[in-house]
Amino acid sequence: MSKIHLNMITQRSIEEGAAMEKGKTNPDYFEACSICEMHPDDMKKAGIWKNTNVRVTSECGTVIVKAIEPTQYVPPGLAHIRQGVWANQVVPPRTQSTGTPQYSGFPVTIEPAPNEKLKSALELVQGAVGLWKGGKL
Amino acid sequence: MADGELIVKGGYVVDPTRKIDGEVADIAMKDGKIVDKVSSSAKVIDAKGKVVMAGGVDVHSHVAGPKVNAGRLMRPEDKLLSGTCRSGMAQKNGYRMESGFSIPSVFRTGYEYGRMGYSFVMEAAMPPLLAPHTHEEIHDTPIIDEAALPVFGNNWFVMEYLQKGEVENTAAYIAWLLKVTKGYGIKVVNPGGTAAWAWGLNCLNLNDNVPYFEITPAEIIRGLIEANEYLGLPHSMHLHQNDLGNPGNYKGTIDALKIAEGIKAKNKFGREQVMHSTHLQFHAYGGTTWADFNSKAKEVMDYVNKQKNITIDLGCVTLDETTTMTADGPFEHHLHGLNHLKWTNVDVELETAAGIVPFVYDPQSKVCDIQWAVGLELALFAKDMNRTFITTDHPNAGPFTRYPRVIKWLMSKKAREATLGSFKHKDKVIEATNIHGIDRELSLFEIAQMTRSGPAQCLGLKNVYGGLAPGMSAEVAVYDLNYKNMPSDPEKIEAAFQRAACFIKSGEIVVKDGEVVSNGHKKTVWVNVKMPENPQVTRDVTQAFTKGTYTMNLINYPVREYLAPHPYVIDVDVEA
Amino acid sequence: MPKLIKGVGCPYCGSSCDDIEVLVSDDETKILEVHNACIIGTNLFHHANDATRPKLPRMRQPDGSMKEIPYDEAIDWMAKTMLKAKKPLIYGFGSTNCEGMSAVGRIAEKSGAVLDNCATICHGPSFLAIFDNGYPSCTLGEAKNRADVVVFWGCNPMHAHPRHTSRYSIFPRGYFTQKGQMQRTVLCIDPRETDTAKLADHHLMLDQGHDYELFDAFRTVLRGFEIPETVAGIPREKIKESVEIMKKAKFCMIFFGMGCTHTDGRNHNIDHAISLTRDLNNHTKCSIMAMRGHYNIAGPGQVWSWQFGFPYCIDLSKGSHAHMNPGETSSVDLAMRDEVDCFVNVGTDAGAHFPIQAVQHLKKHPFITIDPNFCMASEIADLHIPVRIAGVDEPGVVYRMDNVPIQFRAVIKGLPGVPSDEELFDRVYERMCELTNTQPIWLAAKEHRKYPHNPVVS
Repeated sequence: MSKIHLNMITQRSIEEGAAMEKGKTNPDYFEACSICEMHPDDMKKAGIWKNTNVRVTSECGTVIVKAIEPTQYVPPGLAHIRQGVWANQVVPPRTQSTGTPQYSGFPVTIEPAPNEKLKSALELVQGAVGLWKGGKL
Repeated sequence: MADGELIVKGGYVVDPTRKIDGEVADIAMKDGKIVDKVSSSAKVIDAKGKVVMAGGVDVHSHVAGPKVNAGRLMRPEDKLLSGTCRSGMAQKNGYRMESGFSIPSVFRTGYEYGRMGYSFVMEAAMPPLLAPHTHEEIHDTPIIDEAALPVFGNNWFVMEYLQKGEVENTAAYIAWLLKVTKGYGIKVVNPGGTAAWAWGLNCLNLNDNVPYFEITPAEIIRGLIEANEYLGLPHSMHLHQNDLGNPGNYKGTIDALKIAEGIKAKNKFGREQVMHSTHLQFHAYGGTTWADFNSKAKEVMDYVNKQKNITIDLGCVTLDETTTMTADGPFEHHLHGLNHLKWTNVDVELETAAGIVPFVYDPQSKVCDIQWAVGLELALFAKDMNRTFITTDHPNAGPFTRYPRVIKWLMSKKAREATLGSFKHKDKVIEATNIHGIDRELSLFEIAQMTRSGPAQCLGLKNVYGGLAPGMSAEVAVYDLNYKNMPSDPEKIEAAFQRAACFIKSGEIVVKDGEVVSNGHKKTVWVNVKMPENPQVTRDVTQAFTKGTYTMNLINYPVREYLAPHPYVIDVDVEA
Repeated sequence: MPKLIKGVGCPYCGSSCDDIEVLVSDDETKILEVHNACIIGTNLFHHANDATRPKLPRMRQPDGSMKEIPYDEAIDWMAKTMLKAKKPLIYGFGSTNCEGMSAVGRIAEKSGAVLDNCATICHGPSFLAIFDNGYPSCTLGEAKNRADVVVFWGCNPMHAHPRHTSRYSIFPRGYFTQKGQMQRTVLCIDPRETDTAKLADHHLMLDQGHDYELFDAFRTVLRGFEIPETVAGIPREKIKESVEIMKKAKFCMIFFGMGCTHTDGRNHNIDHAISLTRDLNNHTKCSIMAMRGHYNIAGPGQVWSWQFGFPYCIDLSKGSHAHMNPGETSSVDLAMRDEVDCFVNVGTDAGAHFPIQAVQHLKKHPFITIDPNFCMASEIADLHIPVRIAGVDEPGVVYRMDNVPIQFRAVIKGLPGVPSDEELFDRVYERMCELTNTQPIWLAAKEHRKYPHNPVVS
């Protein structure tokens, strides 16, 4: 399996906002945020089929998301996970002494993971603090 | 509230409203009011050997609202100069944390005024659109009663009505705006100049044209005086003049003062002036550049002394590191160009602007020292202390916490000479000013006029504040000064006024031995003008909102009642 | 008869639109229709109808499940937990009114807490730049009425502030901008071709993370000096053309967002942007504005500045004075250094929006979430206390992104028994005073609370 090194940004989108206001356990939120936008050329390089799952790994964590073609154009070399639970599994907490974490502009490795399952928001967050008891989304 | 009886016994009473100057007398209080006498069960405060005055009244101070807060926000370094921290006792007793020097937090503002024995403070500039902010801060400020002056001098409605000569519509608009902003009176800041600043321009001259509005600063000033007297408001038009802070501006200053000539005050509040010209220190400069910069305090005061329908406040420079902030947006941009420190600007749609720049009045700078002298000279040349008030245009020329120092300088030639003697450019300062040759030392009676009776009358509040006559609000400050034997060391005068021995606010002891002992029961004072609805004005205002010139909905514009939970509303009836 | 309420404020983004119309049921308990709002605002109002909204506090049990408890018990637990903690962290306030932000100050002082708000992970770097350089800005009406050149730098209002461009910045016809969009030249600086970039007349698609260099190039050109052939991936000629447009504007308006504050350079990017604004004021009129994310996230910056002198990252644990030093007293840094021993999440969702490692650190200690709805922070909390929704069933003052205070109203009745943030904090404060044998000290204003009844303290 090949992998690709990209520069990751995590920012807002209206889909994320609209879904969040329905609730973070709402399926819309899952749909809106458990995705990674990247340029088709980059997908090709890493052997990633669009709309399949990938593993994104940064200096501080890893997360499974679905790779999609950009809804807003992203140039080659750049990747975007919408702000939210999935993005924050890999966002480095380093703040350059400003208090603000490195939400944008951090290196990640992206590799195909077509057989991995996406986790729900609850599973990710509760799982991270030892509270996940299993269950539905 | 204060329900008990109180009596301040045996002090030297100084009360210009009743021409009492140092007589030993008792001041009795009941239910928040001064009374003739109280029963023997009244709580006694021993003021023997101390001076007793009414609570102070500040006619002009920037203490609450958007630009004050922008100053706090942008200057964390101001907190380093906070001085006294919250003591263990204050923590235990639940007094709020204090912070800030030139722009103190709301808690420190209330506590410091209280510790100096001040009852009432006028917030000097409230942008109408942002009025809820000003009231939120007033709401959170302990002890002192406060009011706020909305700014009108660059307001689109005002300029359009006055351009067409419509004083009545201007007045109706003002009446509406005072009501919806819970404002007190008419503040005018750099008339026309701030409106021009929205395009990056200014009006330095009284006869400059305001871009787009085809009106001049002089016409705005005159029109607003007329509108003020049409309404019969408790306070007069309150003017921050054009061309602030520039060498040679004194001529324009006198020209602006002349606009008031021949206009009579019409009101039921005992106010006699039709124009209050604020922080006159910034407007009494001679010279053509900073090199030949000099004092024209005498020339300006010669005019003020003979023109009875004008009041002024000083705006004394206190030689501190401070924060300048004013609705005079173009001035602050200009100042930032001079000192290159950080600059904040807030233009407010249809109404006004504001600018904020930190400033160091460095005693080693000749210009700053001359400014210092000008402020004091204005008072020392004044003939009528009931028309001349102590301010520092807080925080522009210095923080209000320096009032005791200003009082010291005014009361002691020795103190002035000591400060003058410390200047590097002493000789140049003496040459450019009059201060070295002035021997006058103000009396406690004159200080009481300048900080109590005078400003109270100027604001139309002489029945409430500024005196100790029965029936007035029980505002009593006791200072540790022996009237019969004033200290030879002027520092002791400053110390006494800095920390009142006792301060009673609305009949409640809030300060004892210089320490805050209660958060008080502060009030928000505002003016409610009652007049028939003016359909033209209603239509114009409504359209500005429905057409979207304003970006807010009209229904959300008026300040809601709960933001001024203890209102003291002054009703003004205007007949149709 | 359902009632149509007009001029309603929208408690979502920093645009704080107050032209929303909401149709509510006759008994004022249900929102039936929402007009004028964007999709996000519409969803927010409708979500308030959710029958599953929590009505009672929930306490985590030893087996990990949550159990409903009475408010008094929750208040008691919160007061005791915060008093016991050496350095609690109170964070959030993205979605509350200023009354709540003011009330929390007493608790923070009483418990020696650190007070921080969402700006710490959003526009905190902008505050740092303002501390260094000031903030020449204006209200949004000035942009609407005057701006003929509008620059969006590292922000994407079409997604984050959906009605910003139609109410204030691109499309509306203002007093001196009668032709609306026709009269405005729009520049967008963004590494992606965002939906905002698509609207722009000029899109400068810079290399991600190179904002500082590009700002620098803009200022260099403006001051008449030469720049390299390309800077941050943008050709020299494009930069010169853009600077010329800004310089020739009658009124130039710069909006900036997370694209500048979340990436390398942080506050230095904003510092440069402010300097560019200052420089432009030597040629024309220019203003700059941070695209604040939430409808009242400017609020804590205002309220805490007038109470403590600082907008965020306020460490009150010394008791004698407030101390602010972002990087040291900022939430994420405190969490990562394990410096706080109790976490109170108010009107935000740190569980979803902090980097997960920071959440893991915070979770080692008592974790309290105060929020009207279920969210990630409520689902990992030891105690979740529901409150009313500001702007929906609780009125209050909010500060729009331009620091204009807007007095939001409630459109429906609150859930019975559920307090507002302000009431809750006041009750916690009163309980803290009882526990420490001290007198609660209110300013006089507290005697007349705006809500109908004084809180009952058992």
